[in-house]
Amino acid sequence: MSQTPISLIVNGARVSALVEPRLTLADFLRQNLDLTGVHLGCEHGVCGACTMLLNGDIVRGCCVLAVQAHGGEVTTIEGADGDALTRALQSAFHERNALQCGFCSPAMVLTARALLQENPHPTREEIRDHLSGNYCRCTGYQAIVDAVETVSRQLEGAPA
Amino acid sequence: MSRDGAHLSSLDLPVSYIGRSVARPNALRLLAGRGTYVDDVKASRVLHAAFVRNPYAHAKIVAIDVSRAQAIEGVVCVATAEDLKPFCTPWVGVLSHFAGLRSQPQGPLAEGVSFWQGEPVVAVVATSRHIAEDALSEIDVTFEELEPTVDMDAALAPDATPIHAALGNNIAFERRIDVGAVDAGFADAAVVVERDFSFARHTGVSLEPRSILAEFNPADRQLVIHHSSQAPQMMARIAAKHFGLPEHDVRVICKDVGGSFGVKIHIYPDEMAAIALSIKLGRAVKFVADRLESFVSDIHAREHRVRGRLGLSKDGDIVALEIDDRTGIGPYSMYPRTSAVEANQVMNITGGPYRIANYRARARVAFQNKVPTSQYRAVGHPIACAVTEGLIEAAGRKLGIDPFVLRARNVIPDNAYPTVNAIGLKFEGLSHETCLSKLKALMNYDELRRLQARKRAEGVYLGVGIGVFIEITSPGPEFYGVGGAPISAQDGCSVRLDPGGNVVCHTGTTEQGQGTDTIIAQVVASAVGVSLDRVRVVSGDTQAAPYGGGTWASRGAGIGGEAAYQAGFKLKDGVLRLAGIFLQSDPDKLDIADNSIIDRASREPRIPLSELSRIAHFRQDELPKGVSPDLVATHHYTPRNYPFAFTNGVQGSLVEVDVETGFVKLLKHWVVEDCGTPINPLLIEEQVRGGVVQGLGGALYEECLYDERGQLLNGSLAGYLLPMAGEMPDIEIDHAVTPTREGALGAKGAGEAGVAAAPAAVMNAINDALNPFGAEITTMPMTPERILRALGKIN
Amino acid sequence: MKNPKFDYERADSVEDAVRLLAAAGPDARVLAGGQSLLPTLAARLSAPSALIDIGGVAALRGVAFNGGVLRIGALTRHSDILRDPLVARHAPLLAEAVHHIAHPAIRNRGTFGGSLALADPAAEWPACVTALDATIVAHGPSGERRIAAADFFQGVYTVDLAENEIIVAVDIPVAAGDDRFAFDEIARRRGDFALAGLAIAWRGGAGGRLRFVFLGVGDRPEPVDLAAETVIGRIAGRRMEDVVGEAVANLSPSADPHVSSEYRLHLARVLCARLLNRVMEGRA
Repeated sequence: MSQTPISLIVNGARVSALVEPRLTLADFLRQNLDLTGVHLGCEHGVCGACTMLLNGDIVRGCCVLAVQAHGGEVTTIEGADGDALTRALQSAFHERNALQCGFCSPAMVLTARALLQENPHPTREEIRDHLSGNYCRCTGYQAIVDAVETVSRQLEGAPA
Repeated sequence: MSRDGAHLSSLDLPVSYIGRSVARPNALRLLAGRGTYVDDVKASRVLHAAFVRNPYAHAKIVAIDVSRAQAIEGVVCVATAEDLKPFCTPWVGVLSHFAGLRSQPQGPLAEGVSFWQGEPVVAVVATSRHIAEDALSEIDVTFEELEPTVDMDAALAPDATPIHAALGNNIAFERRIDVGAVDAGFADAAVVVERDFSFARHTGVSLEPRSILAEFNPADRQLVIHHSSQAPQMMARIAAKHFGLPEHDVRVICKDVGGSFGVKIHIYPDEMAAIALSIKLGRAVKFVADRLESFVSDIHAREHRVRGRLGLSKDGDIVALEIDDRTGIGPYSMYPRTSAVEANQVMNITGGPYRIANYRARARVAFQNKVPTSQYRAVGHPIACAVTEGLIEAAGRKLGIDPFVLRARNVIPDNAYPTVNAIGLKFEGLSHETCLSKLKALMNYDELRRLQARKRAEGVYLGVGIGVFIEITSPGPEFYGVGGAPISAQDGCSVRLDPGGNVVCHTGTTEQGQGTDTIIAQVVASAVGVSLDRVRVVSGDTQAAPYGGGTWASRGAGIGGEAAYQAGFKLKDGVLRLAGIFLQSDPDKLDIADNSIIDRASREPRIPLSELSRIAHFRQDELPKGVSPDLVATHHYTPRNYPFAFTNGVQGSLVEVDVETGFVKLLKHWVVEDCGTPINPLLIEEQVRGGVVQGLGGALYEECLYDERGQLLNGSLAGYLLPMAGEMPDIEIDHAVTPTREGALGAKGAGEAGVAAAPAAVMNAINDALNPFGAEITTMPMTPERILRALGKIN
Repeated sequence: MKNPKFDYERADSVEDAVRLLAAAGPDARVLAGGQSLLPTLAARLSAPSALIDIGGVAALRGVAFNGGVLRIGALTRHSDILRDPLVARHAPLLAEAVHHIAHPAIRNRGTFGGSLALADPAAEWPACVTALDATIVAHGPSGERRIAAADFFQGVYTVDLAENEIIVAVDIPVAAGDDRFAFDEIARRRGDFALAGLAIAWRGGAGGRLRFVFLGVGDRPEPVDLAAETVIGRIAGRRMEDVVGEAVANLSPSADPHVSSEYRLHLARVLCARLLNRVMEGRA
């Protein structure tokens, strides 16, 4: 199995590498670039812990091959905190204690961020629906919903 | 201020964080993706392990051919049981205080016969996990499939073939309790209800899988283990024992742990194999169980069939209670905590909140060819509570007594403590009555019943259910230590003042996200008199902590917290003695507040702590000769008056059952809990919520489905259904506070209470919704199909 | 759960993809979104010799309205369908069904064509395109081929695609004025595979036809067509049960470890009655 050259932008910096085609994007980021904020909880696309941004969209890094990201742009949690919305979510999660072990948290933050970018004022039902594919065993989810709701209220145009 | 047993109010301390909802400082790095979980730890020239696992429930290992695998580039070692014997001695999961508990020896890899689908048989170590997995398919293991014993009742049948010939039958453990006059009680009862409850096997599914990085350095023969686990001290002692190393040459480090819930507190063959391989190869070996492996190797739990019987007098007094509990634990009792504890706790906890003089219980713990089971969060409590509360509600429906009225009538009254119940459980102080009335108000119960009636008229079926629970926390040495387990019931905390006037605190408790580090900091800051940001907590490293027990049985606050509290006071004493010398003042006239030495009477600051500490560390010339500043203090604490610090609470559930599809909508959940002095209500509440959802998972969604050949049918997250955000309710929480007098802090444990009564409450709610149809369900998980079958709607 | 080894080629056009597939041999697989394929590789349930990545073939993306026909490119992502105003207007059944597909991150990668080619019996798109009388446009060594949706799905993971043929687009007759569509499914949790699902397409008004296509209760989507007049009449005469009975008559759900076939069939009936009510009341 020969190696394939890839070139992509990761957290704002160009990265070039030779990778086995079988290497997932999640493993590429973790192993080749030490971006260990990408977490592996299931490696079959169900738990959501490996969520990151590819070309601006949230995706599951375990269900994307590194070679598929060639020519693309990846943002992980390590590169996302330059963004005010990410920081607002992290702050709200912290205040509300919307995490315990933290293993699901980078993915939760990025997934919530994608929701608020598209729908800045979701109902609690809509928040739960959007996060319904991200597994958390520690919190029971309510605190996470509360934290996302808190940030949405800070966004412009929030209903009184 | 008093610190030797009298309950302290936060007003006694100049600065107190006890009872304050502070956010966790160490959560920030987790939100930034900068945690360090085991798989994130870098090691030099690390190798990766993978395992060939037995695909059968029961099989003879006839032959193993590893030659093709060994030839693969990047494969460093392929090992069988024989190869690891020189490095690792076998273990047996029994403890002497579980009289009659039997099990068989286990090693890191199966030898001769393998007893469950998933048991590791061959280990591969390679330069990457990819290559290790490639090698697995090149290993030929010839198995001869043997007849599996799968169903627990089949295992217990008199003619059953023993899984372990040497043991003669499949009974791992049996126990009976018989107090009072049970038969007479039932004879006198106005109403007797009997039910068969069934609880499905399920498993913890921590999001971070089990992970271990073992680094044996042959040059100095020291072993360093990075471990995703709850009890590093236990692991270190066991590793020293089984790998033949001096205890002080074994270091176990738990950095960030991605959830554990009891799963990561047991000794696993694959992890022991990883350590053995590190020693054999003299290199770092990492093993991370992937999700498919986890389902067939993490401990399962809670597979029980319970027949319960309850008798009520015509006025609704419980006159007799009896249970017969059967449970299947897999082919081995887990080491070192055994797999008898769950059944033992079901027997002990059933009926616990109530005044019951006549109680009989029998437990039979059976071996079977499935994944081994053992302690998982709230061990046994959800079963005990569901059986008790299910029987009570069934009896109450028969007598036409409201659930709240029936509970209030039978719970041990709040003014009856301390007391010992009929089976000898010592209760220091519980608050069932208070919690019940708080729950009723919190739920707006009367309005809920009115709503239910209105909705029924519209053909919408709401159900309201409650569950009363007691919960074991902060166990003393009688729980494990007395049976010979290397598990410490005490915990230790060392605190020192650094040159900058900060307090560095080393604790034997551990953090998996519940906030132990934060509450230790709060407790220490309060005891010493510094602000919270001046406290740094170090935990999880056996080389850098006083000996402790780690996390289990909700002991962090009650035991770890107390040790930290007392250590903090000792440090304060030492600081004030030094301050007295330096300021030429009587130490009793001084205090510490807001990071300064102050005059106790006038509250006037005398000298900043940082300044005093600077002098103590660098300017000994400013102190009288012979003065040795006492700026390090250690305290170890063990609860000794009560074997457990029982806590209590009640939960309520509101559901809507779609009687055409059997689907249950969880509309709302409530918890009123009493964990004694709350150190950080924010953390407690989120522990409770997490526990509730975990309990709801087992009650409605989670089950490990096996076929008749002992094959796990749903061993992935696609088939094993976990509770997700879309289906879970908001959970409202209120508190009662009954501090314990064991220790000055008054804190009891809170970590498992959420799990204990959630299944009971939701089961009672569902049965309440089904009541108009005369239907009932006592099998968990309560899937839509099971509910529909209970309604008789599927032909 | 690390992937086994495979060869990898990137196609830059449809012709290129077909050529690469042929060259790679019978054990090669097409890689589009990968949301179904990659998890099976991670579990080592499948071990293709090669993956031909068509993700870069721009010609396969996009939604176009060509007077009467909505053409959806095979690489159109589920999330694109969710957002596309042309879909909302001309194929509202798809816009309704898409919300049931998995979760946002999966929808950002999974493709329309990929889902159809896989033909999972519990998937939404095969049932929807069948309900809509769509035509699958395929391209292979022999050039272009058009296959009616009703003929395309042949069984579990089995479709009418010849060797080295790939789906390039799907042509969907657009919704006309008084057409009504409804979709729903019953699943244990948001985003799970359906225990039972149903797409109803009512075209042609009172004189037209209701097409019922279930998912999750058989090995392929099998349309049942009932005259609208008959359906309306029966419902007016309080004989909804008869309509449901006819719609489910040929269903043969399989059992799995979680649910029995009787339960699935029961759900199909309940779903049918509820969805039919919705369609009849014009709330589709």
